[in-house]
Amino acid sequence: MTASVNGERLGNGTPLLVVRDLVVHHGQLRALDAISLQVFPGEVYAIIGANGAGKSTLLRTIAGLHQPTEGSVLLDGRDVTLLRPERRARQGIVMVPEGRRLFGSLSVEENLQVGATYARPGGSWTIDAVYGMFDWMRERRNQRTAQLSGGEQQAVAIGRALVANPRVLLLDELSLGLAPVVVQRIYGMLPQILATGLTVLLVEQDVSQALRVASHIHCLLEGRTTLETRPADVTAEQVEAAYFGLAGAASAGQPGEGSDSLWPG
Amino acid sequence: MAWVNAIIQGVLTGGLYALFACGLSLMFGVMKVVNLAHGDLAVVAGYIAIGIITVTHVPALWSLLIVVPVMAVLGYALQRTLIQSALDRGVLTTLIVTLGLSMVIENGLLQFFTANTRGICAGCALVQDSFSIGSQIQVAWLLVVIFAVAVVVLLGLQYFLSMSKYGRLIRAVADDKEAAQLAGADYRHVFGIAAALALATVALGGVGYGMYSTLDPTAGTDTILLFAFAAVVIGGLGSLWGTLLGGIVLGVAQQIGAQINISDELLAGFIVFLAVLVVRPQGLTSRRAQS
Amino acid sequence: MSLVTEASTQPAAAFRVTRSRRNVAWTGIAALIVVVVFALAPFEVYSGTTAILVQAFIVLTLASMWNLLAGYAGLVSVGQQGFVGLGAYFVLILGLHGLSPFDALPVAAIGCGVAALPLWWLVSRLRSGYFAIATWVLAATIMLFIERFSSIGGGSGMPLPGFTGYSSTLLTAYTYWAGLAVTVLALVAIYLLLRSKLGLVLTAIRDDEVAARSSGARVGLARMLVFVVAGVGCGAAGAVLAISQLQVQPSADFSVTWTAEMAFATIIGGLGTIEGPIIGTVVYMVLQQTLASYNAWYLIILGLVAILIALFARRGLWGLVDERLNLRLFPVGYWLRTANADRRRGWRRA
Repeated sequence: MTASVNGERLGNGTPLLVVRDLVVHHGQLRALDAISLQVFPGEVYAIIGANGAGKSTLLRTIAGLHQPTEGSVLLDGRDVTLLRPERRARQGIVMVPEGRRLFGSLSVEENLQVGATYARPGGSWTIDAVYGMFDWMRERRNQRTAQLSGGEQQAVAIGRALVANPRVLLLDELSLGLAPVVVQRIYGMLPQILATGLTVLLVEQDVSQALRVASHIHCLLEGRTTLETRPADVTAEQVEAAYFGLAGAASAGQPGEGSDSLWPG
Repeated sequence: MAWVNAIIQGVLTGGLYALFACGLSLMFGVMKVVNLAHGDLAVVAGYIAIGIITVTHVPALWSLLIVVPVMAVLGYALQRTLIQSALDRGVLTTLIVTLGLSMVIENGLLQFFTANTRGICAGCALVQDSFSIGSQIQVAWLLVVIFAVAVVVLLGLQYFLSMSKYGRLIRAVADDKEAAQLAGADYRHVFGIAAALALATVALGGVGYGMYSTLDPTAGTDTILLFAFAAVVIGGLGSLWGTLLGGIVLGVAQQIGAQINISDELLAGFIVFLAVLVVRPQGLTSRRAQS
Repeated sequence: MSLVTEASTQPAAAFRVTRSRRNVAWTGIAALIVVVVFALAPFEVYSGTTAILVQAFIVLTLASMWNLLAGYAGLVSVGQQGFVGLGAYFVLILGLHGLSPFDALPVAAIGCGVAALPLWWLVSRLRSGYFAIATWVLAATIMLFIERFSSIGGGSGMPLPGFTGYSSTLLTAYTYWAGLAVTVLALVAIYLLLRSKLGLVLTAIRDDEVAARSSGARVGLARMLVFVVAGVGCGAAGAVLAISQLQVQPSADFSVTWTAEMAFATIIGGLGTIEGPIIGTVVYMVLQQTLASYNAWYLIILGLVAILIALFARRGLWGLVDERLNLRLFPVGYWLRTANADRRRGWRRA
């Protein structure tokens, strides 16, 4: 059961990114089951859910690293479902992958240069602008990224995505492996990023963090949507219920009894 | 004095081996491809050169102007079609496909050119002449030239990889091809570029080998491939200059072997190769343990 | 011996696990008949034909060994020609010390198995690409080492001693039977190996090495055993080669073409099945015989076919058959029969 909200979305008009009835398999496992969502320009759209719920799979499929079995992904009305990831990146869907995935043997600046190689023309995010946003980066730009701390690597990874001049920035588990202070600082950059006209679609393990930054949240459980709403319109209990799949907000179950979709961890 | 001559010759042949090895190192390092047809492709380049020289009568080295670009294009094509399909299917398939390619090339050459050995420009001054250092040391001009070419090629490759857009892309794709995709790079195209480079260098090696020694259809697997791998492994995968170091070590080991016993030249080289594989497979220049 | 029990003698179970669908005894008898038919060949056909069959036996043995290495143990060796040559030279050396070539054959095979141990120690820690190259270098090194000794023929080889006293027909027959024996023994050994616990470990490695290791399987030991067995098999084939050629010749006996032939025959026939190398050898022999007058063509076509099969029909020709008919001539897997399913649809392969 979803508590969806129509009409009153942040950016109004047509959605920038549309996912329609997406079905994704990992071998024989149905990892995503008819997922649909819409992201409007200027939004911060957060996908939450426990491990194994399918969040990263969803993001990776939107980025093109995974081919769906059914369903489609549309960018600005154009069907990009069959496009290879590099083509999608050039169209404007750029992902900051889970675990940063920087080019370890390249320097900070070289990482950014690679990110800028196939940038969409006309954006305001140049390498210089990235240095502007992260004050420590310019001095250490010739350092190999393998020598940076986790938070610094995350900054470079975001910078690498930004210089590609994306329209939709996909952030996969930014907080993974980082100290809370660092995570706060990184998420603190979001307004600056949004101000340049980007739209953000993120996956986040940490629900409270997601609720703090998102304008819209989408909760997944075992590949299915359990909640889709604005943070302001929903209570913590409802989110918790959707996250864990407890009765009351999720699929049918006896009140008071956990549904059989309770999973370990 | 014979020893000094031998060592000098060994060092200089290291240049030739580096030419064979740097392409292999590129393909192995970037695409993780063990190209068993690498040596045969060098031989193909040599035969193309022979063909051009026979037909057009240009001076031998001028044939390089055609051979190198042709081999580069061939490298790109092979990579985008055959090798990429094999890579998508796994390590075993890649070995089988490159082994198959090797067999097809060798037997194709055998069929059309017979097993006769051929040399390139055997009568040329470049190939015949040598100069003296002092009264006892003779150095072949050809070896010096080949060594110089190898150094220039390595410098060029180093510059290309560290400074140019495609060089960065090649290094990035070698690190993490999926992340490169996310940054907008088509890694298959980048692989193609790397393969084109690899085959361009191997073309130089093949022609050089045709001048220094002789070419025959089986030279690719009899000697060249193993020399190339020896230089890569001894020098250390992932290091371009390591291929020169590895080539030099191989060359010197071979010459020392030849000094001890004239027929032990190849054996000495392979024993050193095996020793490095067993004791220090990451090679001489690598700082980390076997990856 | 069939392991399928009749439902009426046992309480009904939800699943039944057996080694084969049908009564294996019939297949065993059929196999025995085939072997007997082959054994009678020297009495029925010309020596030209038996010579061809001996070649086929050599390739089949080699292909089966390569299949064991690559298809089951995950060891892609490009250097098995080293054992082929070693087997040939063992026969020579033993012959120079008075042993008849046919008596020398088993000793040569075992000698190769023993030699495999230090060789394994040299290469065992290397991963796929490095392993392949290392085996090739090893083979080349062994050849160069052997070529140093003129007492065993140096670089040009020498004829095998010990053939005096054999009439030409007898020699042909004995050579043929030696080849047949080696092949049959090799296939039986592989069959038994794969049915055993070791076989279980190997199939686990073939399917998922990390999972196999983490479930306690002694992967390293299994691989070493396979390497040694392959050494014995290839050595035996090499011994037969020397006997059939009446000489040793380093460039031929240690040629990397042997690896290409055994690898291609396996891939074309189907990697990871016992039947595959048999099919592949048949294809190889057909190609070789039809194109014999065109020298290198059969190797060119063999290479092309191998490339095509590796890319587009990964399970080889036998794999194509297997998928349609669910057929296994050598029952080494397990069959799962569900209780209430009909005879044809109730089986699921493990």
